[in-house]
Amino acid sequence: MSEREISYTEAAREALTAAMERDPTIFVLGEGIGERGGNFNTTLGLYERFGPRRLRDTPICERGFVGLCTGAAMTGTRPVVDFMFIDFILDSVGELTNQIAKIQYMSGGRLKMPVLLRGCVGIGGGAATHHSGSYYPLFLNVPGFRVVVPTTPYDAKGLMSTALRSDDPVLFLEHKSLLNVRGPVPEEEYQIPFGQAQVCRQGTTVTVVAIGPLVPKSLAACDTLAAEGISVEVIDPRTLAPLDLDTILTSVRKTGRLLVADESFGPCGVGAEIAAQVMAQGFDDLAAPVRRLNGVHTPTPYSPPLEAAVVPSMDQVAAAVRDLAAE
Amino acid sequence: MTIPKDTLLSLYRTMVRIRRCEEQLARSYAAGTITGACHTYVGEEAVATGVCAHLRDDDAVFSTHRGHGHALAKGVPPRELVAELFGRATGCSGGRGGSMHLFSPEVGMMGTSGIVGPCILQATGAGYSFQLKETDQVGVAFFGDGAVSNGAFHEGLNMATIWDLPVLFVCENNMYATEVAFKDSARNTDVAGRAAGYGLHAEAVDGNDVVAVYEAASAAVARARQGGGPSLIECRTYRTRPHAEGMRDGGYRSQQEIDSWKARDPITAFSRRVVDDGAVTAADLQTIDDAIVAEITEAVAFATDSPWPDPATVADHIYGGVAS
Repeated sequence: MSEREISYTEAAREALTAAMERDPTIFVLGEGIGERGGNFNTTLGLYERFGPRRLRDTPICERGFVGLCTGAAMTGTRPVVDFMFIDFILDSVGELTNQIAKIQYMSGGRLKMPVLLRGCVGIGGGAATHHSGSYYPLFLNVPGFRVVVPTTPYDAKGLMSTALRSDDPVLFLEHKSLLNVRGPVPEEEYQIPFGQAQVCRQGTTVTVVAIGPLVPKSLAACDTLAAEGISVEVIDPRTLAPLDLDTILTSVRKTGRLLVADESFGPCGVGAEIAAQVMAQGFDDLAAPVRRLNGVHTPTPYSPPLEAAVVPSMDQVAAAVRDLAAE
Repeated sequence: MTIPKDTLLSLYRTMVRIRRCEEQLARSYAAGTITGACHTYVGEEAVATGVCAHLRDDDAVFSTHRGHGHALAKGVPPRELVAELFGRATGCSGGRGGSMHLFSPEVGMMGTSGIVGPCILQATGAGYSFQLKETDQVGVAFFGDGAVSNGAFHEGLNMATIWDLPVLFVCENNMYATEVAFKDSARNTDVAGRAAGYGLHAEAVDGNDVVAVYEAASAAVARARQGGGPSLIECRTYRTRPHAEGMRDGGYRSQQEIDSWKARDPITAFSRRVVDDGAVTAADLQTIDDAIVAEITEAVAFATDSPWPDPATVADHIYGGVAS
């Protein structure tokens, strides 16, 4: 029997559906996530199954409903905020940073904060600068959050299932370019632990730690590079907080060369953090300086050639790997 | 409404407990024992007292930077409050919070906050939980007039109303947001009227009259428990001490104004009324006064003798983890 293939969005929705069947305290808030089923089909069909109290269409007040979910999580329910585009989360940053992230700590662990915050990230489709952000480095800087960036349908389901069992606030960030990607996904529920990276391809010359859509781009570059004699190891961290540094260090011990490829901004970003940690703990294993490949540090423009110019491409990944291998 | 004698004495006890505790905290601040902020509730005791008299431990209160009175009225023991402000491990937040971050979920004190506004949204969220779980619990937000022009007020009241959530919003209108007069920050200073614009039950009461607050809260809490949706009570009151201990209190309000509100002191007014009515005796009140003095003395001794938090625990409880 061939393994079933479904899309990334369908996989995440399967995990949400199963969790909602199992746990009656889970409810979803967002704009258009009720009868409509979500702008990105994140909740398609769930309204008919679970009703309006558990699939709650909201006014456009992100700060308001994130604050509502804070109080709900403190009183025994498990809210899911569906932001649609993650850019909208910025209206609620005070509630996230000053309240959600701090309440477990300030209450000495007597209160839990099981809030799932999901939304689509990333550049593509001419969405322009208010619908193309990623912003996860902001949240990596704050103690208290889990930050999840699934790349495959299999990971989307397993990480969503884990997120819906977490007592911590989880940012579940789905890149737009991955939503319709199909892949093998088991029908039953399963969980992928946070902080467990995936080695997507083994290699010996250069390690590429890739985030989200940079994983398929990096993998696509591997065969060409292999033909040139450059053997690339590709690692998908899958969660950025917690970060599986051990898997990265183990790989760097083998390759001595590290590239971090990430569409989000470079300054104070994921690559900067990984580079600093690898230099602190694996300096003697490095044969060359750690390199970063990031999206251009600019607001996201609309026009297709401009938009394409800000996103790291497969060719740029390949070029960065070649440069690194030559050092 | 005829209020039983036991309830009258209980209202008096809570107000005096808050007053004596606040006076002690002010002295401890002046002595340097309290190192951080200390916002007292002196003059506003009737509000927390009249509202919390109707709440159970499983009702959820969300409060502000001026939250000592809410914590005490909700049932946090004075010793845990004093120890928290002294920074001790035995404080209600284990010394992590101080004056502005009081947590005692065991009695439904779900946190005070150093940011104006979030309590309104969080109480709305508690109401969402209680409605979803089909319990008769109530979420309560205390906040000042300073929160009324904040987006949280509009967003929270609107959501609570459209979804008929069991929430009570209590606005303590003390006329100043820190030192900015409410009349200078809003054209319409009728908080109850503004709330009614969202379609919820709203009324204004004399916030220095504990009986008036008690009666209004009685109806509002009962309505919420019975599925009748949210209410707002605007309690017009006044803080007679500075915004925070140690702060200069001049330049924005007159001594004459302060004195006029001190003459309307909620505890004095209530005492006179219930004794004159013959509902209680002066001796009944004296017995409570004496017990509270002993309670606060004990609280200070407890806090003073309590250990400091262990620095090795400084990063504990940031994460709760994943349930297996």
